[in-house]
Amino acid sequence: MSGREQLVLDDVTRIAGVKSALLVSADDGLIVAEASVEGQPTEAAAAFAARLAQRLTVLTRTLQTPPMSLLLLQAAGGQLFVTQGGEGLLFVAITSNDVNIGEVRLALLDAAGRIA
Amino acid sequence: MTDDIAAMTLKLAQDPSSLVFLALAESLRKRGQLEAALTVATRGSARYPELADGHDLVARIQSDRGAGDEAFDAWTVVLRLTPDHVGAHKGLAFLSYRNGDLSRSVKHLTRALDLAPGDTSLAGAIERLRTLMTSRAETVSPTEPDRIPVAAEADRGRPAAEITPTLLFDQQGRVLQGTLARADGADASDAVAAALAGVSREAERATRLLGVGEWRAIAIESGAVNYELRTPTPETLLLVMRGREVPAGRLARIADRAVERARQWLEDLA
Repeated sequence: MSGREQLVLDDVTRIAGVKSALLVSADDGLIVAEASVEGQPTEAAAAFAARLAQRLTVLTRTLQTPPMSLLLLQAAGGQLFVTQGGEGLLFVAITSNDVNIGEVRLALLDAAGRIA
Repeated sequence: MTDDIAAMTLKLAQDPSSLVFLALAESLRKRGQLEAALTVATRGSARYPELADGHDLVARIQSDRGAGDEAFDAWTVVLRLTPDHVGAHKGLAFLSYRNGDLSRSVKHLTRALDLAPGDTSLAGAIERLRTLMTSRAETVSPTEPDRIPVAAEADRGRPAAEITPTLLFDQQGRVLQGTLARADGADASDAVAAALAGVSREAERATRLLGVGEWRAIAIESGAVNYELRTPTPETLLLVMRGREVPAGRLARIADRAVERARQWLEDLA
C-alpha cells in the first residue's frame, strides 16, 4: 500500500458522516488499504462489496451495458458506497444515513481517478 | 472407510483439539455426508482460526452444498491467511465459472497455475475457458457505451421516456413477472434473475455484520443506465432500470411505485 492510497482514503473519511473508507481487491474481497473513523467490521463490507460487484458484472454484461461505475446500498442505519478503484480494485465507503450522498459519490469517483 | 470414520470420530471425541478433524471432515465430504462434514470442519476451524486448510475444507464443503456465498467467504479467509493457497484460487475460479464470470475464473486459474506449474489440469481448464470466451465474444456484439437495453415487448410503442423495464423474481432466481431485454433485443430475464438471486441474502448478512439494520435498496450506476434493486417481500427481488437522464432520486420514486405494484400483484396471487 502506498502513502498516496492512504491519503486518498483519508480524504474520503474527512467528509461528514463517512465512517470508513476502504480499498478492496475486487477478486477476493481482501482489504488492501483502509481508513476508519470509528471501529467497524470492515472485512464484512469488503467481502460483500466484492461479491456484489462480481454479480453486477454478470448483470451489466448480460444486459450489454457498461460496467458498474457506482453502487449504493441503503440500509435502515447506514449506507455502503462502492466504486471501481482502478485495475482490480474497489473503493468502499461506509457512511451514516445523514451523509450528503452527492458529496460522497463525487469524492469516491474522484478518489478512483486519483488512484487509477 | 466407515471404520476409518468411526475411528477418527472416536479420536476427535477423546481429544477435541486433535487435527484429525481435517481428515474426518474430508472423509465425510467424500461420502456425501455434507452436513456432518460441515459441522466437523466448522468446529475444527473455529478451534484453529489461523489454519488455512481448515477454512479451505469448509469452503469445499460449502461449495458441494451449493452455498456459493459461504464458500466464497471461506476461501477469502484462506487467502487472507495464505495468499498463495492453490486450493483457494482453484475454488474461487470454480465459483466465478459457476457465476458466469469467465475472465475472473481464468484469472484465478492462472494464479493457481503460477503456484503449481506442474498441474496440467489447470492449463487445460484455462485453455477451455479461453476458447469458451472467444466463442461468446463472437456471438455477442461488443457493448457500446451509450446503448440502453431495449424495453420489453409490452412497452414497445410507448414513448421511451415512460418506459421502465422491470423484473420481479424470487430468491431462487425464478422470474415472476416482467422482462428485461438486452440491447440487441434478446430476452435476458432469466440470466438477470439468476445473477441477482443471492444478492438479498448477501446484503442481509453484510448489513447485519455492519450493524446498520435491514437493507432497503441498492442503486447502481452503469454508464447510460441506472438500476435500482428492491425487496418487495422477503422472498422476492425487484429490479427497475432507466436511462441516466432519469435522476437517481426520481428513479427511487419510480422504484417505490413498482414495489407497491409488485406487492399488490403478489397479494392477488396468494
